Amino acid sequence: MTEPLLVVDDLSIRYTAPRRPAVRAVEGISFEVRPGEIVALVGESGCGKSTTAMAIMGLLPSTAAVTGRISVAGRDLVGLPDEAMRELRGNRIGMVFQDPLTSLDPSFSIGDQIAATVRAHGGSGPQARRRAIELLAEVGIPAPEERYGDPPHRFSGGMRQRVVIAAAIANNPALLLADEPTTALDVTIQAQILALLRTLRDTHGTGILLIAHDLGVVAQLADRVGVMYAGQLVETASVEAIFAAPRHPYTRALLAAQPTGAQQAGTLQVIEGQVPDLTAPPPGCRFAPRCPLVHEACVMLPPLADDGAGHRVACWATEQTRRAAGRPEATSTAGAS
Amino acid sequence: MSPRMWFIVRRLLMTIPILVAMSIFVFLMIRLVPGDPVTTMLGFRATPENVATIRAELGLDQPLIQQYLDWISGILRGDFGQDYISGAPLSELLAQRLPVTLELTVLAMVFAVLIGVPLGVMAAIRPGWLRRGTGVFVIGAVSIPDFWLGIMLVLLFTATLHLLPPSGYVPIAEDPIGNLRYMILPVLTLGIAEAAYILRTTRGAMEETLSAPFITFHRAKGVPHRTIVFRHALRNASLPIITVIGIQFGVLLGGAIVVESLFALPGVGRLIVTAVNQRNYLVVQGGVLLIATLFIFVNLVTDVLYVWLNPRLEGSGQG
Amino acid sequence: MTTMDVTLSDGPDVAPREGRVRSALGRIARRMGGREAATGMLILGILILVALFAPWLAPHDPEAIEPGRVLAAPDLAHPFGSDTLGRDVFSRVLFAYRVSLVVSVGSVLAALLIGIPLGLLAGYRGGWVDTVLMRPLDLLLALPAMLLAVSLIAILGPGAVVALIAIAIIYLPILARVIRGSVLVVRTEAYVEGAKARGVGGLGIMRRHVLPNSLGPAIVQASILMGFALQIEAALSFLGLGTQPPTPSLGVMLAEGRDVLAQAWWVEVFPGLAIVLAVLAFILIGDGLRARFDPRRLAE
Repeated sequence: MTEPLLVVDDLSIRYTAPRRPAVRAVEGISFEVRPGEIVALVGESGCGKSTTAMAIMGLLPSTAAVTGRISVAGRDLVGLPDEAMRELRGNRIGMVFQDPLTSLDPSFSIGDQIAATVRAHGGSGPQARRRAIELLAEVGIPAPEERYGDPPHRFSGGMRQRVVIAAAIANNPALLLADEPTTALDVTIQAQILALLRTLRDTHGTGILLIAHDLGVVAQLADRVGVMYAGQLVETASVEAIFAAPRHPYTRALLAAQPTGAQQAGTLQVIEGQVPDLTAPPPGCRFAPRCPLVHEACVMLPPLADDGAGHRVACWATEQTRRAAGRPEATSTAGAS
Repeated sequence: MSPRMWFIVRRLLMTIPILVAMSIFVFLMIRLVPGDPVTTMLGFRATPENVATIRAELGLDQPLIQQYLDWISGILRGDFGQDYISGAPLSELLAQRLPVTLELTVLAMVFAVLIGVPLGVMAAIRPGWLRRGTGVFVIGAVSIPDFWLGIMLVLLFTATLHLLPPSGYVPIAEDPIGNLRYMILPVLTLGIAEAAYILRTTRGAMEETLSAPFITFHRAKGVPHRTIVFRHALRNASLPIITVIGIQFGVLLGGAIVVESLFALPGVGRLIVTAVNQRNYLVVQGGVLLIATLFIFVNLVTDVLYVWLNPRLEGSGQG
Repeated sequence: MTTMDVTLSDGPDVAPREGRVRSALGRIARRMGGREAATGMLILGILILVALFAPWLAPHDPEAIEPGRVLAAPDLAHPFGSDTLGRDVFSRVLFAYRVSLVVSVGSVLAALLIGIPLGLLAGYRGGWVDTVLMRPLDLLLALPAMLLAVSLIAILGPGAVVALIAIAIIYLPILARVIRGSVLVVRTEAYVEGAKARGVGGLGIMRRHVLPNSLGPAIVQASILMGFALQIEAALSFLGLGTQPPTPSLGVMLAEGRDVLAQAWWVEVFPGLAIVLAVLAFILIGDGLRARFDPRRLAE
């Protein structure tokens, strides 16, 4: 088994503000990304997936308190001083953001912004420029030499996102964080960008943590999927397993809520209830108030339990969770697995 | 022609009606004075013959349009008419005094930028005591009337420390050191409030820029903090800062009126104030016209500069 | 665009400490728009009362010439000392506040009174109405404020009333533009659409829905402009173009104090501080309210 590239272990993130209750944005999540693997973190807006990515990069504001362990290539990141973190950013870990229209500096050329990544980590000017042109070609920008000096606003959204990706991978990072890289693009361009990411993984062996809320994107790109709800990681499995045999009630509901042609005309499936207030979340499993399988045990946090084959769930209604916690008795009505 | 050039051409053309409207206003100034302006202006020299002569010279009995056209064509030829009180041609008077006003205004702006921009940048990147301190400075500078500040400075540097002269002027060509000695207090007076304003603008622009997503992306690339602040944030923030400098330059022209009077500097501002007190309408007219024209051109340059420098206004690329 | 906005602190309000009195004050302050604004309003309130009740509050007759007390230093009976004619500076300052406050508040209120309808119409109707109303006002912006004031005084003659009118004219375009700006944002709001759908006529919409929600930024700006107006009035009086003697005026007092600066600093310093205090009050109010009325929040 190859050494995991990214290990997140019992990560919790709280935002504090004066005179205001703390926001418990992420609660005890654990997952890994192996080299060359594409792992997707999915969930609704506000579930903490972007926060997790920012925590890995060390780009959270000072109001965020991070506890737990994050390690990349064996190196612990939590508590690392900013200067040490800066050496890793753009070097061993790259990040791509959601909106290509605001990710690029309007006052500098696209070429310069890619070269900046190389320069930031010791590359010389000419070296950086050559690399930038190389990268422009690799991500599919036509006529890279001529367009090196063009400012971002001369490019479409899809093109800009390619530039962003080029800038993020300039130094061949082992890990790439992609925070909703295609959300702001339309569907045809989306497919191109996803294909680009896949090619990068195939060519360079980059491990990718993909943050997404669109399950279609996930299905196209990911090898494994982690499902988050209200700051908690509720299920992780291979992409096939998640779609074919989801085990957590939330995952099932999420998949059921996807509009497909196969549904009859009529009402869309919804998940009843609302996302909890993260300043005062329910104890234990945060999905419990909305869960069709809720039980009194749910006020205790169910552990994320592996079934031995890499499929993990955190739900008392599943046997694997109960077994992992040492209480194999069935606790309630018909539960999954 | 690119959209940007069109902006600029349109803006240039728009200046013309503004200049015309302003000149009409200035032209009407004398004619709106209740009573007979000529008599008031001449004061004790107002004999019926003098009054009649001057009225004829000024063409005050002609139809208004005619008067305006005559006056404007004279201005465009450089003939501002004559100051009946001192006897000198007005254009000469104005030409003598303009450099003083310009020196004062330009030096004050330079001072304000040299103090305001660095402090503003620092306040934006190092919050805490520096931010609060500059905040207090800004409020203080705005609340304190600049002419009173000037007087307080005189109290400190002249009456108490005996370092600098309280008033007076020497042209820079004659005696550069002496000129600077006379100009320090007026420049400080005008410049301190301006520095506060520029500081505030710089700080605001820097803060806004630093919270932009592309800055986060720079950080995600590992770009060092210093580079982010001085190369990227400052460059993007400089546009609003430059715009404000342009606008404020005009405001300084107005403030110069008071400061010149305070420090007895022979500039256009003091000329206007003295003339108003003396009811010397022609001089007022000429002075106001000059300063207003200057103001309009500074605004023009600022607007053009803004369009010129703004990378986003280049016109549509490919979608 | 000469928008003269000033920000002291754009950070969040610091929490009031423990203690029942302090937390009660804190709550009052927050209701009034923040600690800054409340402080400003407190100071302004005091100054207005002082100006109103000057005849009763002033320990001496401001006009009383006392040759024996020429340039006398401050003491208990005359906290601000006496001027070149032996007059009590403190009493003169109290009376001088009347003119200053009337001119500064009055001019901006006048500008608001005319500017609000103009900005409202221009913003709501848009199109040629907007152009016709705003273009002439923009021409007024083609002159620096002081210059415009001086020009108007040249035509109409010096005096406090003329100064008031001149300042009102100067600030009219600025306030009209601010209102217009808010209106442009507010008129796209959902409740306006709702009112239109209910068949409420244009005027009704403007009056009941658009106007109240557009006033915020204008109030902020107006408050700050009142501070500047006070300074302009003082400057004009200082130059002899504003309030004319014998009416006591802070600007005139500053002009008088200049000549005796070296011997009797109090004649110059205290009227100046009086101006600073008043302007500070206005700025604090405007600045404090700014956070509450941020035009970007209008669209929330």
